[in-house]
Formats: sequence, structure tokens, C-alpha cells
Amino acid sequence: MITLSVNGKTHRLDIEPDTPLLYVLRDDLALHGPKFGCGLGQCGACTVLLDGAAARSCVVPVSRAAGRNLVTLEGLGSSERPHPVQHAFIEEQAAQCGYCVNGMIMTSKALLDRTPDPSDRQIRQALAENLCRCGTHQRILAAVKRAAAAMRRA
Amino acid sequence: MLTTTRRDFLKGSGSLVVTFGLVGAVRPAHAQGGGKPVALDEVDTFLAIRADGSVTVYTGKVDLGTGTRTALRQMAAEELDVALDRMTLVEGDTATTPDQGPTWGSLTVQNGGVQIRQAAATARRALVAAAADKLGVPAADLETKNGVVSVARGPAASVAYGELIGDREFHLKVDKAVTLKDPAQYTLVGKSIPRVDVPAKCTGEFTYMQDVRVPGMLHARVVRPPAIGAALQSVDEKSVAGIKGLVKVVRVQNFLAVVAEREWAAVKAASRLKATWSRWSELPAQESLYDHVRKTPVNKDEVTLTRGDAAAAMGVAARTLAATYDFAIHTHGSIGPSCAVADFKDGRLTVWTASQATHWLRRDLSAAFGIPLDRIRCLYADGAGCYGRNGHEDAAADAVLLSRELGRPVRVQWMRHDEHGWDPKGPPTLVELKAGLDGADDILAWQSEFWIPKAIITSQPPMLAATLAGLPRKDDINPGNIFQNSAIPYSVPNVHAVCHRLESTVFRPSWIRTPGRMQNTYANEAFMDELAAAAQVDPIQFRLRHLQDPRGVEVLRAAAAKAGWITRPSPKVVDTSTPVATGRGVTYVKYENVRTYVAAVADVEVNRNTGDIVVKRVVVAHDCGQMINPDGVRQQVEGNVIQTVSRTLKEELKWNRSRVTSVDWRSYPILKFPDVPEVDVVLLDRPKEPPWGAGEPSAAVVPSAISNAVFDAVGVRLRSVPYTPDKVRRALGAKA
Repeated sequence: MITLSVNGKTHRLDIEPDTPLLYVLRDDLALHGPKFGCGLGQCGACTVLLDGAAARSCVVPVSRAAGRNLVTLEGLGSSERPHPVQHAFIEEQAAQCGYCVNGMIMTSKALLDRTPDPSDRQIRQALAENLCRCGTHQRILAAVKRAAAAMRRA
Repeated sequence: MLTTTRRDFLKGSGSLVVTFGLVGAVRPAHAQGGGKPVALDEVDTFLAIRADGSVTVYTGKVDLGTGTRTALRQMAAEELDVALDRMTLVEGDTATTPDQGPTWGSLTVQNGGVQIRQAAATARRALVAAAADKLGVPAADLETKNGVVSVARGPAASVAYGELIGDREFHLKVDKAVTLKDPAQYTLVGKSIPRVDVPAKCTGEFTYMQDVRVPGMLHARVVRPPAIGAALQSVDEKSVAGIKGLVKVVRVQNFLAVVAEREWAAVKAASRLKATWSRWSELPAQESLYDHVRKTPVNKDEVTLTRGDAAAAMGVAARTLAATYDFAIHTHGSIGPSCAVADFKDGRLTVWTASQATHWLRRDLSAAFGIPLDRIRCLYADGAGCYGRNGHEDAAADAVLLSRELGRPVRVQWMRHDEHGWDPKGPPTLVELKAGLDGADDILAWQSEFWIPKAIITSQPPMLAATLAGLPRKDDINPGNIFQNSAIPYSVPNVHAVCHRLESTVFRPSWIRTPGRMQNTYANEAFMDELAAAAQVDPIQFRLRHLQDPRGVEVLRAAAAKAGWITRPSPKVVDTSTPVATGRGVTYVKYENVRTYVAAVADVEVNRNTGDIVVKRVVVAHDCGQMINPDGVRQQVEGNVIQTVSRTLKEELKWNRSRVTSVDWRSYPILKFPDVPEVDVVLLDRPKEPPWGAGEPSAAVVPSAISNAVFDAVGVRLRSVPYTPDKVRRALGAKA
């Protein structure tokens, strides 16, 4: 049995310990925010926060997440009550197909928690290994800046 | 009963309205899959109004992430005069939506939206007529707003749409000549309404294809051959014996897959399964791709433009130029690999799919699996952006085959190597151009030859499962309408453009965003720049000398103004004291020479030592006629530019003699945040013009704008996409 703390809730799961965390979140906990993109840690679509740091859940075995504080996109907020980063992405219409946006938001959240006022270059560097195919980058950059400003005011 | 007086004023609304008023159909408007009209000429096909006044719009077009889910609602709500939030949209369900053709070619708004608009206008006219009957006032005295018909002049009276038609059918033919709302009256069309799907996508509430779960569902992974044409000789099932939850290894001829209760078990089994395959190595060598293209048998020659006598004029030209351009094979590169769920039970098949052509998929599944069409239903769920026909249809066929074998619903999720390795590819393009200038340095003659595969435009690429399992299929190839924009948009007196439509191409082809229009525009517009440079004329001025179309002239001028274009010939005087040079390049396209106009100016930096190109900024002026949602258009333009900068600078499929070897994001890199340019968009709105597509045209202008900017910066011409640092260094070396 593996005990997982996700978005403030504790789950006890009978699961193969080598199962990548992503499959557990999506298939067992029905948390669809994190996405399967590559299974290789290359694209960032599966990003979650593990003890506050952005992590690629497709390459983290569930056993390594046990007992740690795990937050997914759903744990940040909802469309009724979005987190400031989610709100900024919505305001900037920073999604086309939206498949990568989980990784963009989660990685940006981790960035802004440690760097509240990032430069354009710092944002680009932080998101350098998060791939977007639709070409929404410009709006994502604007959204992160908008979120940073909102979170500094809060 | 209608009185004579009423008949008189109803006459003006058309006799069909009288039918509706008298018959008062009681058939439920929305029995799921049970008799709802789907014919393209029926109003009830496109919309249903409930007793509570809410409206459902049905469309065979699907939102592939481009925002049409919002735009189509705007068009329907505007024409019907209902509030946007009272309107829902059903997309791509083959049981309830019309076949409006695949979602391709930037045609969702232009064709699909206009069909919905006509249906909505026909419905609104019928509702006004019915209200006139009910209220006993002339239709001309009535107005519609927010789903209510009310008396505009005279004593106050009104009746809601829900009361007039709620839960019943119109039984009306769509009147293609119906009077549409005057754009001056628009309150929704032309507004940047926020997209309806974005909040749920930003919070994890949105249901993608990859999120669809069906009770009793199994998880599958496919195991593809290690060489494209290899035959499966044996499978060692013992190699996966210990995997907990593994249900079955399925082998049908060369189709191989593993099915498990849990997803991870399927992933593990697929990677551990030992199988023996025959050798196969019949792919051409990558380094001799374009020799292979040139030697491929020609199916037919297609002349796409002929004017004057190009050959004779070339002979008398003051001087001639010639150049060869090529454009690499690209993959769609969807961020989420293809996925589908199929449930084949009691002779009935239900498929959840992210296909951009659910109606065509249904047809192809029927042919492959021998299931009657009326027993198949395909339901659309959004995938990751596909930008063309990627692997969604293949994943659907995989799932159907497996569900039939297992007798349970099966979900097939492709892995990254499946998507990069096996989705159909954008074919290679080879172009030869020759032009002659007259004594005044105007273009006298233009000859162009394009080597591109043939296309059976009504076919989808054959589904992999059908090929591998030996199921009935048509091996037609369809890379899209890739001849488009081979003809130049300029007034040149002697032109001959011919496409050599090849019998075959290296990899199973399909369309990828802006198919052909991108490659052909790139060659034509880079060569146009070569001519301008030879004439020592500013590249925009040179184009304007050969362009009469006023809307074309306007986008070129708008892009130049926004970019701060300084009139001078290219290349600029080169300062070689620093390694980094800057330059600007222009491109113009009229999409397919009949619709959306785009002009772009790219600013680049070129590092002479490393060969690196950085695109700093791209200005786009865009005229797609009437814009439904300006911010939606802007978003498409931004996406087109950034995606195509990636394709132009970085992307090239890699293979050995047996298989694709660029099977992840390291071996097939795309543009990342640090290298993303600023995109500056000028939108020219023309509310009184027809709405044209915006999903593709601004991708067509990018490769040549960059090539032309590199020439401006360092004086060398890049004629082979992608423009890798290696190619840039070689070009610079050849010049020096």
C-alpha cells in the first residue's frame, strides 16, 4: 500500500510501486490536469508540484511521491475560484489546444513562488523545457507576467 | 386556422414557413441518434430550440484547439438572436451532426460557419412568421432579441422562441438565399468574446480524448514493427508472463498489441514483449532524398497556371535566373500522442475519437471492419492540437480491432515514439524556378516545376491497423491540396507553373498545417526576392510593381508600416566587424490565390560564426474578410507564425533505411521559449465581406520571410528548409 497526499487529501492505494505517478493521478485519482505527453520527461505536460517544486510526474515512480506534499492543477483552483496563475492564463487567453497548459501553469507557479518578480528572460528560461506546439508562447509569457503582478499585489 | 390577412403577410416570408406553422411537428427534436436530421439542407440538422429557450447547434466541424467552438456559437447566436450563454454546441458526433467535411483547410468558419449561419437565419425568419401568426401582427412589425420575438411598432406584445418551437422540429429546408443580418447590426460577431473552453483547460476540468474513461474499459498499447515493411514472424508471450494485470497479447498478421487492466501494465508489456520480425530496409537514404523525389514516377503533370508563352519569353529576356528549393518532411508533433476508445458490443460500434473527420472515420471503419455504417457512431473529444491528420484515426482503428478481439471497451494510447514514428508525414517538396527579367527589370517570364505527390482528395490515409492486420482498405494517398499556391499571384505576362504529381512518396503522407501552400509560397516568394535583389529594387517595391490586387497591396503596405520598413534593396550593406548581422525579409500570399491575404515582415539575427538564426520579430498584416472573433484570429496568427518558425529553423524528420529514427523531442526538436519571436499582428477587418479562414494562411508566409531576411543580413540565400546552423555556415563558406 502506498499513501499519497494529493491536493490536501490522503489516499491509500494498492499499486505497483514502479508505476509512474502520472498514471496513478490520472487513472486512480481521476485527476486529469496532468497530461501524458511523452513519458520521457521531455515536454512538461505532466508537471505537478512535489513539495512545492515542479516535477515531471511521468518519470517519477509513485513510490518516490509517497509521503510528500503533492499538488496538481486541480489543487490550485477551479474555474469558479481560479488561482492567480490560472486566472492570468484565462485573462490572457493563453491556451489553444490547451494540452500543454497544465505544465505551463504548474511550472510558472513554482517559478513565482521562488522568484516573485521574474524578468522576461527568467520566465523563458523557467519554461524552456515546457513544449507548446500551438505557438501560444507569447500569451503564456504575458500571463506569467500578469500573474506575477497580481500575486505581488495580493 | 390562418386568416386570409395573415396569409397575405406570411407570403413574403416564404411558403415553407406556412408549412411549419400549420404542421406543428411534435417529433422530439433531439432523440440521440434516433432520427435527428443530419442532411445538409435541413434547418433541424443544425439547430434545435428547447421549450426553455436554450439552443443546441450541431456541427460536423470540430474545434481542434483553434477556437472555432466559440466562433461558431457567435455566428449562430448572432443570426438567431439568442444569448451566447443559452447556446451549446455539439461537434462531430456522427449520429447527430451533419457531415460538413473534415475540419481542414481553414474552412470551419468560411464554409461550416456560413452553413450554420444560413440555417439560423432561415430559422429566425420562420420564428418571426410564426410569431406574426400567433400575435396577429405583420412580420414586418416584429423584431427579435435574446430569443424573443416582440412587436417593434405598436402595442407591446412578445413571444419567446421556446414557446413557438420548443422541442419541436422546423421541417424547413435551409434557404441559402435567405437575407442575413446586416453586419452593422452585429453585437456578437466581430467581438473578441473569450473562448468558452479556456477556463476549463486552465483548471483541469476539461475532458480531452485522453481523459475519456468507459466502464469496463481495458488499456492497450500497440507494438509496431521495427522496420516499416517488416513481417511478424513470432511472438514470445513468455517475455511478458510475469506482468500483473496483463490480459492479452493480440496478434493479427503484422498487427501486435498488448491489453491490460491497468495502463502501466500495458506500457511495461509493450516495452518488454519479444517478437521476431523479418528484415526490411527499402527506404531511400536520407541524404539522397531529393534524388529519390526527382526519380519517382510521375502520375500526371498538372499545369496550375499558364499565361502567354513562358518558354519563348525566357529566350528573349534581358537576363534569367534559376534556383532550386526544397522543404523537408515534417511530423505533426502533437504534444499529446493520439488516443481513442472503442466499444464494440452486440454488433454495434461506438468510438470516442479526436479525429478531425469523424464522419470520414466512420466510413473508413465500416470498410475496414465490415460493420454496417448505421451501426457505427463516432463521438468527438478534443485531442492535443493535431494541425492536420495525425495518428487519431490510426489509434481509433487500433482500438476497434482490440475491442472486437477482447469483447470489452478498449482505450489505446499511443506512446511518444508511436506518434513521432508512425503518424503520417508531410511529404518532401522540391521546386525548380526560372525567371527572365526584361530591360526595365520587370519580370517577363516565370517558369516553375513542383515535385509533389498526387492526392486522392476524398480519401483519408489508410489506417495502420488495416494495413498491418490485412483488413480491407484503400491505399490511396492524400497529402491535401498541395498544389495550391504553386501559381504566383503576380501580373507576369508569361507564366508556366506545373506540378509533377508523383505516384508515391517516402512515408505515408497526410496534410500538415498549410499543406503545399506553405512550401509553394516559400519557393515562389524567396525566388521573388532573388529577382528583386537582381534588379536591385526594394523587395516590397518590386512586389508592388507586379501586384494590382488592392487588398494585396493593402496588406503589404500595412505590414511595411507596422514593421518600420525602410525602402532599399537587399542585401543591406554588410558590416562584418561583428559576428551577428541583422536583416529583414518580406513575404506576401493570397491564400490559394482566392482568399485570405497575408503579408509578413521578419526581423532576424544571423551569427556568422555559429550559423545560428534567431527570429526576433515577425509582423503580420492579415485580411481574412469579416472577422468573427478578432482575438481568435490574432491567436491563430501568433500560433501559425511561432509554429512555422519552428518548422523552418529546426524541424526535419530523420530515418534510416528501415524506419523513422526521430522518435522523441530530442531527435525531433521544436522551438522553445528562449527562441520564440515577438509576433506583431495587424488585423484588417472587413465586416461586409465574407468571412475567410485564418487557421492556416499566416503560416504560409514564414519560411520565405526568414530566408529573405537572412539574405538581407548576410547576403546568402537559404533554399533548403530547415535552415540549420550547418546549412547557414556552409552557405556563408561558399560565398566567401
